[in-house]
Amino acid sequence: MIQVVSTPQWRAREYRREQLFQLLGALIVLFALTTLVVLLTKILLDGFARLNPEFFTSFPSRRASQAGILPALVGSAYLLLLTAAIAIPIGVGAAIYLEEFARRNWFMRLVEINITNLAGVPSVIYGLLGLQVFVRTLMMERSLLAGAWTMALLALPVIITAAREGLRTVPKSLRDGSLALGATQWQTVRYTVLPVAMPSVLTGVILSLSRVVGETAPLLVIGAVVYIGTLPSSVFSSFTVLPVQIYNWTTRPQHAFQENAAAGIIVLLALLLTMNAVAIYLRNRYQKRLPI
Amino acid sequence: MKPRFGWLLAGCVLGVALVACAKQESGQQAQQTTTALSGKIVIDGSSTVLPISEALAEEFRKQHAGVEITVGKSGTSGGFEKFANGEIHITGASRPIREEEDALCKKNGVEYIEIPIAYDAMAVVVNPQNTWCDYLTVQELKKIWEPAAQGKIKNWSQVRPGFPNAPLTLFGAGTASGTFDYFTAAIVGEEKASRGDYTASEDDDILVQGVFRTKGALGYFGLAYYENNQDKLKLVAIDNGNGPVKPSRETVLDGTYQPLARPLFLYVNVKALDRLEVAEFIKFALANAGELSNEVGYIGLPEQVYELVAHRVERRIKGSAFGAHGSQVGVKLEDLYKIEEALEKSAQ
Repeated sequence: MIQVVSTPQWRAREYRREQLFQLLGALIVLFALTTLVVLLTKILLDGFARLNPEFFTSFPSRRASQAGILPALVGSAYLLLLTAAIAIPIGVGAAIYLEEFARRNWFMRLVEINITNLAGVPSVIYGLLGLQVFVRTLMMERSLLAGAWTMALLALPVIITAAREGLRTVPKSLRDGSLALGATQWQTVRYTVLPVAMPSVLTGVILSLSRVVGETAPLLVIGAVVYIGTLPSSVFSSFTVLPVQIYNWTTRPQHAFQENAAAGIIVLLALLLTMNAVAIYLRNRYQKRLPI
Repeated sequence: MKPRFGWLLAGCVLGVALVACAKQESGQQAQQTTTALSGKIVIDGSSTVLPISEALAEEFRKQHAGVEITVGKSGTSGGFEKFANGEIHITGASRPIREEEDALCKKNGVEYIEIPIAYDAMAVVVNPQNTWCDYLTVQELKKIWEPAAQGKIKNWSQVRPGFPNAPLTLFGAGTASGTFDYFTAAIVGEEKASRGDYTASEDDDILVQGVFRTKGALGYFGLAYYENNQDKLKLVAIDNGNGPVKPSRETVLDGTYQPLARPLFLYVNVKALDRLEVAEFIKFALANAGELSNEVGYIGLPEQVYELVAHRVERRIKGSAFGAHGSQVGVKLEDLYKIEEALEKSAQ
């Protein structure tokens, strides 16, 4: 038994403890923020001068001042669209099935545990899987398509989990109401559950796709190239992406390439922030108009 | 809800359209240049050779815009693996091919021609405030870096009698790099044999900063990194038994800066070489590699070697002049290829 006697000394001591804890918390936040600010400032100072129109419209070059990110930017955009086209239907479909239709038995629990575990697998493992399955066995070679399938695998566990969370936020009363009016299970999902769950599903999808945009390791493994003189002309073309281009520049001895890398990082950051902003915007906008 | 999804769709379409525009623009640029050469050349391999391959590809495409060239970065070993599988046409290597890689090529029916493209030299550096160390012998470097030194050699006074009592802090290449393979082979005498208690990084800038900030530091990395950071580092001469020699273009080319200079290679698939665009690319590489290597921070080979190699390519002399034994120290390319040429002639 702990006896608490509220004496003035005890209260003063507890108060000091609380103050100390608050100070500690504030210091930790300050440390994290300072690190971030210092890093961002350095990147901005290093890279800002390189952000001219030519930087966006040029191909990589051995001369740092003439090098640009065009193929990387286009590659990233194509990869993102292709990955989304593969991962969203499969991911959201799987989530709807698991959440709305599947019976709870041992097999479903096994599937669920695996999906949760897959979300924690290091991305480079997905790269090795993609290299063997898509690039070699399915003969896609080192193409955009192979990259998109690999990235889709990487994004799927996160999309499925996020979409299921979204579906779970729909109150049971809505489903019951729909079914009571004679709608089939499919109609209930299509016209009642999905529209309500859409904002959180979309948020999850966009956040997981923004992870795809920032990924380097699996693409290096499946053979994203670091120099390319042409833009991809089909899904079977070779490609490079922004993070790979940045990584390539950071390993060059000449200082001018470090500036290019910094400028590339600014573009990548802007892209990621935009995607996250869109996610937040969609969530806020749709949530306000919920029919409940 | 429908109209809002419409907007989303419109956004996507706009994105695709923008990408398509950018593409068209570049297509127009490409049309300005000439030659009917077309096709695809896939290059991969060592990250050390990459700047040279990139420069070659860039310049080659200025003359032959119809040829699509991609350069990857799988590392020397990763490159050979893909090369032996026939997945790529050319691979860059920071060491000669190894026996098991050669065997894999033979098994898959992949024949290759070995093309030395430039020299890369490693620099041993110390902090600029280090006044006592101007040169180190290979034995002293071995004493510092061999696995037995781990936890024992921690002070400059242990390296050579007369050196002051100052802590020795080490910086070096990460264990996955070709630089690490070669340094250990050249100094310790065995590939990948090194002490582990040092700051290892694949990012040479971290090593440069580390040596710059630590008074008792000693580090090694590519000569290009020293040349780009001369104000922050002090170069150490290497004594291989013939007096101390500092790395430079001259000492690397005349073979006196040993054992820390190594040749870099391109390996080309013979079957791919029968295609006009690949043959042209190799011809272009041999004609321009000297100048371009110097520009990106390496050391171009003497003209004579490029000529000898051009002969090799013309006569399709296959295999490795190094007998497929991996990293070899202190080999002079001129001698190697001349001897081979002579043998070839006497055989005919």
